[in-house]
Amino acid sequence: MSALPTTPTIRKTALNAVHRQMGAKMVEFNGWDMPVEYPTSGGIIAEHMAVRTGVGIFDVSHMGDIRLSGPGALAAVQHISMNDAARLAVGQAQYSALLYPQGTFVDDVIVHRLADDEYLLVINAGTREKDFNWVRENTRNFDCRVENLSDDFTQIAIQGPRAVVVLQKLTDADLSSVKFYWVMRGTVCGLRNILIARTGYTGEDGFEIYIPADEATSARVWNEILKTGKDLGILPCGLGARNTLRLEAKLPLYEHEISDTINVWEAGLDRFCKMEKPEFIGRAALEKARTEGLNRVLTGIEMIDRGIARDGYKVQDETGREIGYVTSGSPAPFLKKNIALAYVPPAFSEIGRELKVDIRGQGVTARVVPTPFYKRQKKT
Amino acid sequence: MSYPPDFKYTKQHEWIKADGDSATVVITNYAQESLGDIVFVETPKVGAELTAGKAFGTVESVKAVSDLYAPASGTVTEVNGELATAPEKINKDAHIAWIMKIKLKNPGELNSLLSAADYEKFVAEEGGH
Repeated sequence: MSALPTTPTIRKTALNAVHRQMGAKMVEFNGWDMPVEYPTSGGIIAEHMAVRTGVGIFDVSHMGDIRLSGPGALAAVQHISMNDAARLAVGQAQYSALLYPQGTFVDDVIVHRLADDEYLLVINAGTREKDFNWVRENTRNFDCRVENLSDDFTQIAIQGPRAVVVLQKLTDADLSSVKFYWVMRGTVCGLRNILIARTGYTGEDGFEIYIPADEATSARVWNEILKTGKDLGILPCGLGARNTLRLEAKLPLYEHEISDTINVWEAGLDRFCKMEKPEFIGRAALEKARTEGLNRVLTGIEMIDRGIARDGYKVQDETGREIGYVTSGSPAPFLKKNIALAYVPPAFSEIGRELKVDIRGQGVTARVVPTPFYKRQKKT
Repeated sequence: MSYPPDFKYTKQHEWIKADGDSATVVITNYAQESLGDIVFVETPKVGAELTAGKAFGTVESVKAVSDLYAPASGTVTEVNGELATAPEKINKDAHIAWIMKIKLKNPGELNSLLSAADYEKFVAEEGGH
């Protein structure tokens, strides 16, 4: 789908052999050989439902990691990231993005503050090299070290309302003390000093753990989590469910909802962009764009008539005139509706407005709905 | 799963079973396995004219859209309406959840399609599943 250049050799995570042993269907994703679904789990829908109602695990080792450390680390992060890293306590994380001077996206990231002068940026698989080069180039004038740790970790996401129950059985860390978007370190499956982040890409509660990237350790931890979660119906989940889960929760995917031609306001990520910061790359262009108004906004739609909107399909007004396009569209397994995100002019984005999606030459009726399509009920 | 020997198969993963000049069209078990959870089937209307090898409808899984290709030329006489509301029946038993019935224009066309043994060989070469 994405037009990004990928390395000629397909890369494998340390869990590749495990996925194959489990009978996963493998696909190429941004240059990585990754499981899209596990027929033994029951496939995408079963995996999706496990995460919404119980627990599932994902190999997300294809994600990249950049560490910035040193006296100038905070200033460097503030310069390249649109959110306000000065607000982070040690052990806290925030969603943010790296922007081009035009206010468009290099990538979206999670910024973790690991120590006073140490930050970890978790970045997307398809943009690893681009991001690292971007960060290195644009932090040259700061007193900080920039390291690409992408190959150092196997990253496993344990997601769903029962994730905490499963992981707690495998760690000495008191997970009840870790709030959403906070991190801590603890012993996991006998491995000391493991980074445990209460983050994810599913719209559920859950954790992402960062363990050593050797195959034996990775396989052992993966299998121990599955074994521990067995009574709770844990399922291994692939990129297929990861995509439908993030879409229900309206979490952006690079080259779909965000890209180097889409700006922050269009993507509706205003609350993660702190214009009160005096300076960051992209700020000036965003200031200007804000006064000029928007030509398109990311809008959630739900199909009314029979049909599934897919990535790239055209969106039309009621007369059949083309007004925009679908960035991500799919059946939503938990909501049991066919949903999509689309860029359309603001005038067409009001809730309840009827639009059409061009599905193989037919204008199929859809309706603008509030987003996120799915929002978990937060426990107090 | 074995492929019934009295059916004819296409490289686009459908099978067709003829009885005189009427025939039933179904997608193969291999196709449903490759697609995964099937969530949508678009069939032609009764009376539609099909041309052998041309797309006549689509089947969609959560992740993907696949065209369905007519195994033979003819006229649609019946479609399986059940698939509109329960497309997952194809996953449960692809060889029973038929897509449509057609009146063949030229029953001789079927001779050019694959036998069950040939199809199994073809799938083994293409697959890995």
